[in-house]
Order: sequence, then structure tokens, then C-alpha cells
Amino acid sequence: MPLLDISGLTVEFGSETAPFKAVDGVDFAIDAGEIVGVVGESGSGKTVTALALMGLIDFPGRVRADAMTFNGRDLTTISDRERRALVGKDIAMIFQDPLASLNPCFTVAFQLMETLRIHGSDEERRNRATRRARALQLLEQVEIPDAAARLDLYPHQLSGGMAQRVMIAMAIACNPRLLIADEPTTALDVTVQAQVLALLTRLQRERDMALILITHDLALVAETAQRVVVMYAGQEVETGPVSGVFETPRHPYTQALLAALPEHNEDKARLQAIPGMVPGQHDRPAGCLLSPRCVFAVERCRREMPPLAGDAQRRVRCHFPLDAAGRPTGSWRPDGVAVESEGTA
Amino acid sequence: MPEAASALVAAPSAPPGPWREFWQSLSRSRGAMIGLGLVAALILIAIFADFVAPHPPNEQYRESFLTPPAWDKDGSMRFILGTDPVGRDILSRLIFGTRLSLMIGLISVAISLGLGVVLGLLAGYFRGLTETVIMRLMDVMLALPSLLLAIAVVAILGPGLANAMYAIAIVLLPHYVRLTRAAVIGEAGKEYVASSRIAGAGTMRLMFNTILPNCTAPLIVQATLGFSTAILDAAALGFLGLGAQPPTPEWGSMLASALEFIQRAPWVVTFPGLAILITVLAFNLMGDGLRDALDPRLKR
Repeated sequence: MPLLDISGLTVEFGSETAPFKAVDGVDFAIDAGEIVGVVGESGSGKTVTALALMGLIDFPGRVRADAMTFNGRDLTTISDRERRALVGKDIAMIFQDPLASLNPCFTVAFQLMETLRIHGSDEERRNRATRRARALQLLEQVEIPDAAARLDLYPHQLSGGMAQRVMIAMAIACNPRLLIADEPTTALDVTVQAQVLALLTRLQRERDMALILITHDLALVAETAQRVVVMYAGQEVETGPVSGVFETPRHPYTQALLAALPEHNEDKARLQAIPGMVPGQHDRPAGCLLSPRCVFAVERCRREMPPLAGDAQRRVRCHFPLDAAGRPTGSWRPDGVAVESEGTA
Repeated sequence: MPEAASALVAAPSAPPGPWREFWQSLSRSRGAMIGLGLVAALILIAIFADFVAPHPPNEQYRESFLTPPAWDKDGSMRFILGTDPVGRDILSRLIFGTRLSLMIGLISVAISLGLGVVLGLLAGYFRGLTETVIMRLMDVMLALPSLLLAIAVVAILGPGLANAMYAIAIVLLPHYVRLTRAAVIGEAGKEYVASSRIAGAGTMRLMFNTILPNCTAPLIVQATLGFSTAILDAAALGFLGLGAQPPTPEWGSMLASALEFIQRAPWVVTFPGLAILITVLAFNLMGDGLRDALDPRLKR
């Protein structure tokens, strides 16, 4: 049984009659000790999925799910108080901008100890000195040099990389079973990115944590994750093992994302881009959400939303999944070439 | 020079602490330093009024009604700023009046700030209906001229120093509510609030321990400026006979009781007026300096 199992997660904003679906029927599961990468453009619903999972979507946002269990507990019926006890202890999250995620009014030690006072062991809850010793130990675990001197610094006195390490220290303070890292390295410069990532994966291995890595850095996912979920406009469009998805993408969007990588454009004068934008509230197409931007889109794509099909290993949301050569399969014909009866979806 | 060398080595590499940085930017403004000096002097005078004042504030010297100040040819060094129509020493009354004025400022600002912060936090944190109810009520209060509102409140509660303070607190309230709400809305969307929620903080803790400390800078400034408004309004109420009642040595009522002598003995009216002016100016200068020092957007 997976550690976290979500099915049919939907997050809506706006009015009841014409809601905007930021997340649309996402199914997701992760086992203990597994790293899953979630990739997609800005606005594809990656962060909102994580926030919904943490119970951080407030009115007017509405969260619905067919099922959402963590470690055997149903998250859809859990009370606020129980959720607070669970979130932060067993599920932790780190954000994109580490400096904005630390309260500017308090020192590093205060903020670390605050978490320990609520979620820590009995001894830590009672004893201030124990908490401080543990805070120091945590800073050492996240490889902050001269940790004792950093304890009493304020966030504005830290560098970005240092602040992200502090955030990681806060996140792992209570030995979470699941860590959600929302673009943990985007705000950092390249050398620090590698260090922080190495730190995250080391901690993940040591503690056998499940790690959800939300990012738009495909290289990062390729290096670290075992499985990948590609999201587009709030939907999962392709999921599967990293090697499979990246080597033979079956969804045109995954293919286009990979083709847009600078590494794949070295011999060309211009970088390849995906034309257009992720559809917003008012320009949502009727059929497949990618159809206005897809190079293979045909009349059926514009008319009919494809389901997420495939086995548990590899699933793809496309009427005409791509083959190993990157060409659409099934009954696909370019528009205008031939009109014929289509096979079953 | 071994001592100098070791001092160099021991020099702290850490950036200046928050207090030191605050002091550095505050001391750069001359106005703020003048204001701070005057306020400090006023506080000392208020605390040590019993020792500083040459006479008791309500002692009547029947032999010297309306004695002019010391530098006038008819004046004497016994009453440096002269006496009032019933023979009380004006300087002593002004000194004891400092105590009252600062107390009025402190108490009405404290009441107003306390209530205003709570209401503003509720409005800014919960939004929706709570916000609408609180903010529209504050808009109604702001729509009335402040002195008129204060007079109305005193008319309901009855004249007196304590009631005047409550009235002023009510009049000042909307400013704090609006300021807190605006700051809370700005802070509530930041990521550290979300990460605090993720760490398991409850609503009360988020409101008072996570968000509120980050909203203090504008509140400190408004409270300092509110001090001067409170003192001015208290004097106005006293002048209208709705605040402190005679023989309390309150600056506003001193002005009111000496009004008829403005032609014959101008000093009786001049000095209480000057005292009000200097106090209000001092607090305004200090508040301005604090704003420059605390608001990062105004920093060069």
C-alpha cells in the first residue's frame, strides 16, 4: 500500500457555476523511500496540488477528492486539529523562496525550536535546552558551517542557500515520512543548487523519506527521481518511470518540453519553444487542453478530451500516444488528408 | 600595540544588530533627535514634577493675582511665568499639566492601539464578512469630524478627564484598525505564514505570533503620531469644558479659564498654548523620524 494515495483530486476557484479548475482529477501515489518528480510549465497546477494535499487551500478555493489517504489515514475527513498534528510532523514542505519562507522577525533558533515545541519528542517539548541542542544538531545535519554561530542570526543575515538549508532543517526536524519540495532550488544560484539537491537526496536516503520534487527543471528530475508526473493545465498528461518518459515520451507535451531543453538544441541557431500559453480560466479549449498548442492536433483532439489511459506503470492522456520514433500512433492522420471512421479511444 | 591588534581581530564580523541599525538611521535625522530630546525632557519633567515645580499646582497666592512673568518690569523671580487670575503659579501648573497630558496620550493611545490591533487583525486575517462589518463601522467613524465625534462621546459619557480619554481612544481607533488590516493583508499572503501553518501553527498563533510582529513598524509610527493627536484633542476638550475639570492643571482648561484676560494679561494664555505646541511638535518630529527609520521603502 502506498504511503500517500490520492485519486480524483480537484481544486476549483471562482464561482460555483463557472469554476476554474486549477487541478483537475489528479491521481497520484508515492511509496516510502521513493522520489517522484512533478514537472510542468508555470500555471500547470503543480504547486496547487501540493497545497491542497497540505490542506492549505482556503475559501474561495474548493478541494474535492475521491480518496486521499496518507499512511492509512483519510485526509478528506480529517479534522483541522488532527491535520495540524499530522502536517508538519509526518508531512513537511519546503518552498521556492527560502528567504520569504522564514519569518523576518525571529532568529533561526527561535523558528526551529518553535516547531520542536509543538511536534518534538516529550523531552523536547518540556526542555528548552534540549530543543536548542536539537536545533544545533539539525543545522549541522544540513551542513551549515559554523552552525552554533548561525543559530542566533535573523533571516536577513543569511544567504539564499543558507536560508534554504535552514528551511530543510525545519522540515526534517520531526522526521517526516513525506517531504514535498516545491521548486527547492529555483531561487538559488547554480553551484548552490547542486549542493542543496545533494543534501536533499542524502537526507531522503538516510531517512527513507518519500520525496515529491516539484520543479520545472527536467534535468533535475532526470538525475534524482525514480518516477515522473508531467502536468499540464491542472491535469496529469503523462506518468511513468523517469527513464521511460524521458527517453520515449508518449505525450506530445512531454516531447515538446524535452525538445525545448537547451541541451537538445546545441546545433540549432534558435532554441525550440512551445508556442502559446497554458490556458487560463477564459480560454480553456473544449477538447484536449493541449490541442491549441500541439503540433499533432487534429479535429478529434479539439472536440474530445482524451482520458488518462494505460497501466499503473505508464499512463498518458492522448488520443494518439506517440511511438518510440515520436510519431502519433493509432488512427492519426493530419487534418484534411483523409476523413475516415476512427477506432475506439 | 598589542591591544589595538587584538581589538582588530576581535572586531565583530556580524552586521549591526537591529537596534543599532535602527539607532543609526534615526540619529541621521536632526528633527527626530530634537523631537526625541524634547520628549525625553517632557517625560523627565512629568516624572519629577514634585521636585521641579517651584510651587504646588493649586496653591493660591492671594497677594499676587495676574503677576506678569519674571522678565516683565512688574514681574518677580518668585513666579517665573507669572500667575493666573486666582494667583496660582503658571509654571508649576504647566509642569504638573505635563504629567496629565502625557498620561492622556499614553492611556488613550494604549486603549486605541490594543483594540485597533485586535480588530485590524481579525479583519485582515479572516476577510469576508468579518472584514466588511469591522471596516464599514470604521468608515462611519472616520466620516465624522474627529473633534465632533469626541464631543458626542463625551456628551454621552459625561464630562471628565477619564471620559475624555475614552472619547479620544474611540476617535483614534479607525486609524489603527485600517493600518493593522492593511499590514496584515500584506503579510498574510507571504510564504513564511504558509510555512508556519505547515509547521502546525493554529489560528491564534498565526495571527499574534507570526503575522503581528511583522506589522509593528507602521503601528509604532502611528502610535507616536497618535500621542500628539490625543494631547491636542484632550486640550481641545478641556478648553470646551468637556475634559479635565477645574482646578485640574490641564493645559486646555488652563487656556479656557484665562480666555477673558487675553487683553490684560496675555501670558496667562500664551504659556499653556506654547506648552501644547511644543509637546505636539516634539511628538510629530519624533514620529516622522521613526517613520523614516522604520520604513525600509523610505531608506535611501
